[in-house]
This record gives sequence, C-alpha cells and structure tokens, in this order.
Amino acid sequence: MTGPVLGYPRRDGRVGIRDVAVVVYLVECARQVAEAIATGPDVHPIGFGGCYPSAYAQEMLERLCTHPNVGAVALVSLGCEGFDRERLADVVAASGRPVTTLVIQRLGGTRATVAAGRAWIAEVRGRRAARTAPLGLSDLVVGTICGGSDGTSGITANPVVGRAVDRLVAAGGTAVFEETGELIGCEHHMAQRAVTPELGVEIVARVAKAADYYTAMGHGSFAPGNAEGGLTTLEEKSLGAYSKSGSGPIHGVVTPGQLVPTRGLYLLDVVPEGTPRWGYPNINDNAEIAELVACGAHLVLFTTGRGSVVGSAISPVVKVCANPETYRRMGDDMDVDAGRILEGRAGIDDVADELLALVLATAAGAPTASEELGHQEFVLTYKSSEPTGPACLPMAR
Amino acid sequence: MNAAPHDLLLLAEGDDVLIAVRDLEPGAHRASTGSTVVVGEAVALGHKVAVRDIAAGERITRCRMPIGSATAPIATGAWVHTHNLASDYLPTFAHRGGAR
Repeated sequence: MTGPVLGYPRRDGRVGIRDVAVVVYLVECARQVAEAIATGPDVHPIGFGGCYPSAYAQEMLERLCTHPNVGAVALVSLGCEGFDRERLADVVAASGRPVTTLVIQRLGGTRATVAAGRAWIAEVRGRRAARTAPLGLSDLVVGTICGGSDGTSGITANPVVGRAVDRLVAAGGTAVFEETGELIGCEHHMAQRAVTPELGVEIVARVAKAADYYTAMGHGSFAPGNAEGGLTTLEEKSLGAYSKSGSGPIHGVVTPGQLVPTRGLYLLDVVPEGTPRWGYPNINDNAEIAELVACGAHLVLFTTGRGSVVGSAISPVVKVCANPETYRRMGDDMDVDAGRILEGRAGIDDVADELLALVLATAAGAPTASEELGHQEFVLTYKSSEPTGPACLPMAR
Repeated sequence: MNAAPHDLLLLAEGDDVLIAVRDLEPGAHRASTGSTVVVGEAVALGHKVAVRDIAAGERITRCRMPIGSATAPIATGAWVHTHNLASDYLPTFAHRGGAR
C-alpha cells in the first residue's frame, strides 16, 4: 500500500472507515418504507421491529447511529410506535451528523414518505465528508466473531485471528471478542489473562451466568452444523472460538452498546443479567455483529468453517475461511483462505500477516467480499443489557 | 492438492484426540506425532479420533483443555463424537438422524 490510510473524521475524534447513511425504521411497520428509501450506494437500512419501548434497542441505535462509519441518519417512524424517536434524533444531531425524522402517518403514507426520504438522502449525500483523516492500526477497533464453526475453525481461522489480534493490540489497537456464552469451559484460562484479579473473578462469574442462562433456554450456542463439522461439545466449540482472542492480557469486559473505554483487548458479554426474560441472548450471528459494531468496532473479522455469507449494515465484515473444502466451494464469499494451513500450504503467521494487510486495505476503502456481494444484514431484538462497572474496566480508572 | 505431511493432527502434547486434516477412509494413517494410527471407520475432515484407549467417564482433552467426558469406552483410532463423548456443561443438539 502506498501512502497513509485515510478515513472519515468525526466530531467526537473517532475516524470512520466507511461513510454510510443509515435509514432507520423504528418499528417493523416502517421497515418496507425505510428499505425503499435506502436504495443508493452506501445507504443502508437498519432498525428495530418492536412496537413497545426497549431501553436496549434505544441504546443500541443511539450507539449505531453515531458510529464513526455512519455519516447521516434518516429515522422512519410509522407514528404510533413506542420508540423514543425524539431522543434518538437529538443524540444524532448532537453528534454533528445530519438527521431527519420521517413520520409516515404525518407525511401521508408510503409514497410521500419514500419521496421525502429519497430527496433528503440525495441532498445530504451531495455534501458527504471526504477521507481526510490518517489512521493506523492503533486507531482501529476490530470485532471478532465466528459463525458456522466446524472442526477446522479452531485449528486454522480462529488461531489466525488470534495472532492478528495479538499484533493489533501490540500496535496500540483495540479488539473486542465475543462472547461469554460461546466461551463456556474457557473461563478459568481467561481469568488468568485478566489484567487484575477482580476482572478475572468477573469473567468467571459472567461465564457462569451464561451457562445458567443457556441451561434455562435448554440449548447452548451450538447448531447442528457444528456437530456435522466435527465439533462434539459446547466446550470444544468454545475452545476453538476462544483462540480468536489471541494470547495477550484481557483488559476488560463490555456489554452490548458499551463503547470500549481504552485501547486493548475486551471481552463482549452478550448475556443479560438476571432471570432470562427475552429468549436467547442473540438469535443469530447478525445480532451479535450489530452488538460488536455498537461497541465501536470499525470492522469485524468473521471466521467460518461451514461457510457463512453474511455482511453487516455499518461495519465491513472480513470473512476468514477455516475449511479448505468450504473455500473451494464458496470462495466468492470469502476474503481469506486459512484452510491452506490445514493442507500445509501456509503457516498461521503467514495468514495472520495477510489478514492484517487486508484489515488496513479494508480500512482504506477496499470492499470486502460481503460488501461486493451487497450483504447488509442487520438484526436487533428485544433484550436487556447493563453496562459493566469498574471491576470489569480496570483500565478506565 | 493437500500438501500436509500427515492425515491426523495432534494439537497439543498430551491431548487425547487427533484431528483429521482430510476425509479419511478406514485404515492406517500418519499422525503429526510421527506414529501410525489405525482408524477404525471413515472419519470426515475436522473430526476426531482417539489417540489412546479411553475409559467411559474419563475427561477428554483437546489443546490441553477438557472438551467433555467419554460416555463409552473408546479404543485407540476410534472416531470420537456425540456417540461416545458428552459435554460436562450442556447437551449437544443435532438434527434427527444424528450428528454424523
């Protein structure tokens, strides 16, 4: 790469690697209209389907609409839903971003709202920000996730991501790895990596909470494809997932929508506190990607063995394929072929080097496979989430 | 083209299982430890075989970490999966027809 990587400067000091205009439906009834407005390049629909208020969804959308990769926000309300649209609009306006609120019942229905929304988007996209802010690895927040895991994930792609995370954090960058319910069995090893004993105690307790939660659900974070791919137990899947976190110190634990307070390595605890109330903590990978993004992730490293195709509405997803046979079958959807390691054609360090170079290229604007294919998945459901306290954030003191 | 010098990979010294780095037919296969292991049945890429005889109830380790306990005796070279290994935390869910 020649010259520095440039991103989009934002008023809060963060730098975006994309400049997305989000069109946000505030109830499912407004989704079709929002999707009809979100037609141009880099204009993506996101939103919340529920009619009744949710403090979690409010917090998530406030973080997402002020994410550094977002440059403009159009809110689409039916008019009678419970979402606090005024507060969300105020938060976005205070961040310095252009924002409009389109209320379908006031504007006169679908056609009028779509026309007003498209006109507003065309106007604000005509005065988009430019890539003028230099950025390096130390400015990036990178999320990690695995989906469609199999017996190769924990041998190739996940250790590659772990090695890249070690280097990113050593370079002053930030990584967020998920998640307590998918790390059941690794809690004591993680605790030993915590930067303080209090943080270690918190990590063990939060994984125990996750195990209790999934026991109440009757089913852990384990899909039939995981077993077909050679993973036998939840803790075996955890072990593979855990290797995405690398080997360095763990600096803290955050919950969905809680911005990471300092640079370093953070665990994302996605499991709500207290008695299970809303069903599964996350109904699929896309809900978890949205949470990583809401914690500030500029991009997400997604490892897959069975073969996932998803992207995300706000932050690019870089797909690291663990299984060489999957790569041969679904290579168009993949960014990195880590299955070469299994076949003796590359080492973990080689592929980690390649991945870090790709992270910088993606930050500079090169589209990932899922971006080229138009993937913009976004899922946000009812849930509760409480920010973590000082014991979980020893570096923030 | 598979250039790996072995068919079965030991992830860490002392592990109880080897990982198949390609789809394997029954028979003798090279392990990354240098030894030859006779695999009793077809084992798919990413699946596990026992590196030693394991008694029912024993903890099984991969990468030096426990991945559950044996629910039946497992002979050296036998496929290790949901039919003979269970989680110490939560049961494994599979489609009707099993996890094969």
